[in-house]
Amino acid sequence: MKVKQLSVFLENKSGRLAAVTRVLAARGINIRALSIADTSDFGILRLIVNDPQSAYQALKEAGFTVTLTEVIGVEMPDRPGALSSILAHLEEAKINIEYLYAFLGRGDNGALVIFRVEDLDKAIEVLTSKGVKILNEEKIYSL
Amino acid sequence: MYWNPKYECLPLEELYELQLERLKVTVERVFYNVPHYRRAFQEKGLEPSDIKSLEDLSKLPFTTKDDLRENYPFGMFAVPMSEVVRLHSSSGTTGKPTVVGYTRRDIDVWAELMARALVCGGATRNDIIQNAYGYGLFTGGLGIHYGAERLGASVIPISGGNTRRQVMIMKDFGTTVLTCTPSYALHIAEVMEEMGVSPEELKLRCGIFGAEPWSENMRKEIERRLKISAVDIYGLSEVIGPGVAIECQEKNGLHIFGDHFLAEVIDPATGEVLPPGQMGELVLTSLTKEAFPVIRYRTRDITAILPGECPCGRTGVRIARITGRTDDMLIIRGVNVFPSQVESVLLQFGGTEPHYQLIVDREGSLDTLEVQVEVSEGLFSDKVRGLEELERKLRLELESTLGINVKVTLVEPKTIARSEGKAKRVIDRRKLV
Repeated sequence: MKVKQLSVFLENKSGRLAAVTRVLAARGINIRALSIADTSDFGILRLIVNDPQSAYQALKEAGFTVTLTEVIGVEMPDRPGALSSILAHLEEAKINIEYLYAFLGRGDNGALVIFRVEDLDKAIEVLTSKGVKILNEEKIYSL
Repeated sequence: MYWNPKYECLPLEELYELQLERLKVTVERVFYNVPHYRRAFQEKGLEPSDIKSLEDLSKLPFTTKDDLRENYPFGMFAVPMSEVVRLHSSSGTTGKPTVVGYTRRDIDVWAELMARALVCGGATRNDIIQNAYGYGLFTGGLGIHYGAERLGASVIPISGGNTRRQVMIMKDFGTTVLTCTPSYALHIAEVMEEMGVSPEELKLRCGIFGAEPWSENMRKEIERRLKISAVDIYGLSEVIGPGVAIECQEKNGLHIFGDHFLAEVIDPATGEVLPPGQMGELVLTSLTKEAFPVIRYRTRDITAILPGECPCGRTGVRIARITGRTDDMLIIRGVNVFPSQVESVLLQFGGTEPHYQLIVDREGSLDTLEVQVEVSEGLFSDKVRGLEELERKLRLELESTLGINVKVTLVEPKTIARSEGKAKRVIDRRKLV
């Protein structure tokens, strides 16, 4: 149920994101989702790709500081209130969200959101029990 | 003007006689009271009785900062702690500072030397001296303070910082003499301009500046902006603190008080004593200190002994302005900073060998230190909060170790230039020339 996300440290200056994508392109890696968290000095690029291990290797060889983090991919109907109800489940279970971002593509039946929470196992259990669909790795990498 | 004309202008023959007599006493004192010195002398096959002339000084072993550190905290003291009335300390290369002690008589001698230095620099008992050197473990504040009181001047123990208040007090109290680091003097000039206070509104007439290297151009700028006469003072806590040497009104070299210190300049590579005029490392021997005597202490400061006599009449040797260091020590806002101190802090965090760079700059007239740290996997967190926390913790730890404000910047791996595999640790953008 958990999905591997790449996190890359970037200095907040021009050309750094381009450098990452160049490395991934050369390795034939396809980006499924991405988000950037930034401050005035640095940024953290978070990526879901079709082949996390190979992307990790490529970025490491290129000299980037990169780690693999586990996240969950949640599918939800593409309509008002869908995200809100999922957040309500997590809130009820007192699960803190570290960050979340939406998928670039679309799922079979709706929108996809990547969640990074404090307690992944508990979040999976809570959401599954509420009938929320959590996508597995193969599904997400191949979307 | 002299504070103690008899000793400051002692005819050379009498001075040499006095120096030899005092050197013998000092050598005996350390040989019988400090295990380190006894061992070091014995390794060279020396006994105190081998010192028969001043030339024999060069037979004695050098003392280094490492020796002081290995004997941390009180191992180099030559008197029992019951005789020690004061402790001061300066930063060390790898975290451990060096500690120096003073007997009541040492404090008395120090006050005498500082009174001489203040008079030599142009102060009198009628002056109001604003002492903006830091008070505390650093010897600058209290050293100047005791000298100013000995002189009989009115001393304002304001310490460093809070520059607007410095300016206000300078104006309201009618300060006539300012003592601080030269870069802080320039900063005060800038803040005065911001506050719309012109030098004409002040009674300031001279400044005694030291604790960091500066240049003739900086002197001219300080003199022009504050409309004062500025002199250079030299000292280091390992030897006594401020008051080892100072410029007179000729502003041509710093006079060492020869009845209390012997100065040599050596080739830092071979240890060979160099003749006057040649640049090398300054080596100092104390002649009167009781609690913490030093024999041939290698200061790592680069200077030369100046040949010839000074028209002011003082007979002790003069040294040129300090032009640099033989090690990688930086002086930032008057505080000694070693790159290895930064390294030891970083090691506590990432666990592996950190790549870092120190960028020293001068904003306006204040030194700034930025520490760039390459974010390794061990340091990385994929949460902004985590990295900001790392930045904050690094900053606090560095500031508490170094004793100055630090800006920490996280940078990507391999962004710090490496030459022959070794990163260039320091970029000093300050222009002193």
